[in-house]
Amino acid sequence: MSSLQSLDIKRRSATTLPSPQARETLEVAKLIDVSKCIGCKACQVACSEWNDIREEVGHNVGVYDNPADLTPKAWTVMRYSEVEEKKGEEMNFEWLIRKDGCMHCAEPGCLKACPSPGAIVQYSNGIVDFIEENCIGCGYCVAGCPFNVPRISKQDSKAYKCTLCSDRVSVGLEPACVKTCPTGAITFGSKEDMIDHAAERVVDLKERGYANAGLYNPEGVGGTHVMYVLKHADKPEIYHGLPKDPKISATVGLWKGVLKPLVMLGMGLTALTGFFHYVKVGPNDAEAHPDEPGDGNEPKVIRSSGPAQMEGTASTKQEGQA
Amino acid sequence: MKPANLIQRYSDSDRINHWIVAIAFVLAGLSGLAMFHPGFFALTGLFGGGPWTRTLHPYIGLVMFTAFVSMAKRFWTHNVMEPVDYQWLRLIRDVLVNREDRLPKIGKYNAGQKLLFWMLVAALPTLFVTGLIFWRAWFAQYFPIPVIRVAALLHALAASALIIGIMVHIYAAIWVKYTVGAMIRGTVTHKWARLHHPLWYQQVTGQSVTGQTPPPGQE
Ligand code: HEM
Ligand code: SF4
Ligand code: SF4
Repeated sequence: MSSLQSLDIKRRSATTLPSPQARETLEVAKLIDVSKCIGCKACQVACSEWNDIREEVGHNVGVYDNPADLTPKAWTVMRYSEVEEKKGEEMNFEWLIRKDGCMHCAEPGCLKACPSPGAIVQYSNGIVDFIEENCIGCGYCVAGCPFNVPRISKQDSKAYKCTLCSDRVSVGLEPACVKTCPTGAITFGSKEDMIDHAAERVVDLKERGYANAGLYNPEGVGGTHVMYVLKHADKPEIYHGLPKDPKISATVGLWKGVLKPLVMLGMGLTALTGFFHYVKVGPNDAEAHPDEPGDGNEPKVIRSSGPAQMEGTASTKQEGQA
Repeated sequence: MKPANLIQRYSDSDRINHWIVAIAFVLAGLSGLAMFHPGFFALTGLFGGGPWTRTLHPYIGLVMFTAFVSMAKRFWTHNVMEPVDYQWLRLIRDVLVNREDRLPKIGKYNAGQKLLFWMLVAALPTLFVTGLIFWRAWFAQYFPIPVIRVAALLHALAASALIIGIMVHIYAAIWVKYTVGAMIRGTVTHKWARLHHPLWYQQVTGQSVTGQTPPPGQE
């Protein structure tokens, strides 16, 4: 993908000054209502169709997940979790299905970690996009992402993930998965509208006995532009390890937020200190050193402040002046 | 200058080994810095662009690490810290103003050189191990993401210590004249050796050095 002109850029990886952002686009979001999802994978197929990427047909690994993981050619994957829980006296079985993929974080860890200018951009509408032509293939985004989303292709060493169909959204269409979902489990619109819509769904689910139903829009990453309505919002982990309180890892914060500026300062100061030390003290020149007095090696320096003196080394006493 | 006036400090293979490490350091450092801070990203131009920089860097690092192992074996015993080295460190202010006449007599290396050596001994294996862990092309897929994060942080930390340490090393070599020559041609003059490394001078020439250390308490 190349970055889209009609979606102005809020943030750009490895870039310290602002990007063009005179235009503001409406903040968008995709809402995935897990309670309405039947796990048909139409969205997976639509993604593959629209983006024209085909993951190899894999093997059945004992669950319905296929492919078994996100890949450079499978940007969304349905995750099926079989969860058994005690409900009163009886065991209650639930088959929880979650559409996995990039969450389009407001504070994207991938973008924070990426060392290549413009390989990751965040548009003003909230979509986080990988611009593969600028990607150097280092995989730092993998370390930066709290949701384990980016995948580096073995074929071309570029990073890939869901684009939230930025190409469609920029011309006023909804993402392909939204368009295709037969049950209306995926909706798309302004982030505000999606939050309102989720609130209605949560009320409905609570009425049906899901007391812990709620919206997944985690604050730790500033909120996301892909949100879930969960029947068990108190335990997102049961949905195939959806993190309860995702945030950019403290290690990544130290690496990118603390070490990076400190080292720049340290290197600059070291270089300057060396230079000014030389300017002040000058070389330590053994050959010009009068360790055999009278060998004629002592340089004579005429100082503006006084008569000629020998340059400060062993035989001259210039305490506190050298 | 007559050959007899010079003292051999480094053998041919010592020097070749040192400069392989040095060249690999410069290349690994420049390619690493290019990925460390956007202010240095332009350095990727030296290596044929971003993807090439990312591809080449770990191999250059491996060259540096391998050559360093060989160099460390050569210089190890000369770099063991001794009591006199701590005395030297306490007088660092005199070192910095070229007042070597006030310093204790030291051997082949001074405490600054020794500390740099041990810093390298700590930094290079760290860079090697962490570098392998977050090397996306080969090994990163075998490690969990939290381990990769720590590896990246430690790699950047060790590289920073190494780069700043080597900046000091390079400056010291320029500041103390004829030191670069010692590593290029392998030889130093008697005067150089007497002044900077008197005990080593005694060892290799059998001549004692007088008038270097002032009596204690008197400066
Ligand atoms: C010992 C072998 C080494 C290996 C295997 C290694 C490997 C790596 C890898 C895999 C990366 C990530 C980018 C990429 O994939 O190219 C990297 C980054 C880096 N390396 Fe190395 N490296 C080694 C030695 C060194 C040395 C000797 C230095 C310093 C002179 C160095 C400095 C850096 C720096 C500054 C970065 C960027 C770190 C950041 O972005 O925060 N590396 N290295
Ligand atoms: S691999 Fe990820 S972090 Fe590295 S340049 Fe590409 S997008 Fe950026
Ligand atoms: S989920 Fe991961 S890849 Fe997607 S925007 Fe957030 S940090 Fe980036």
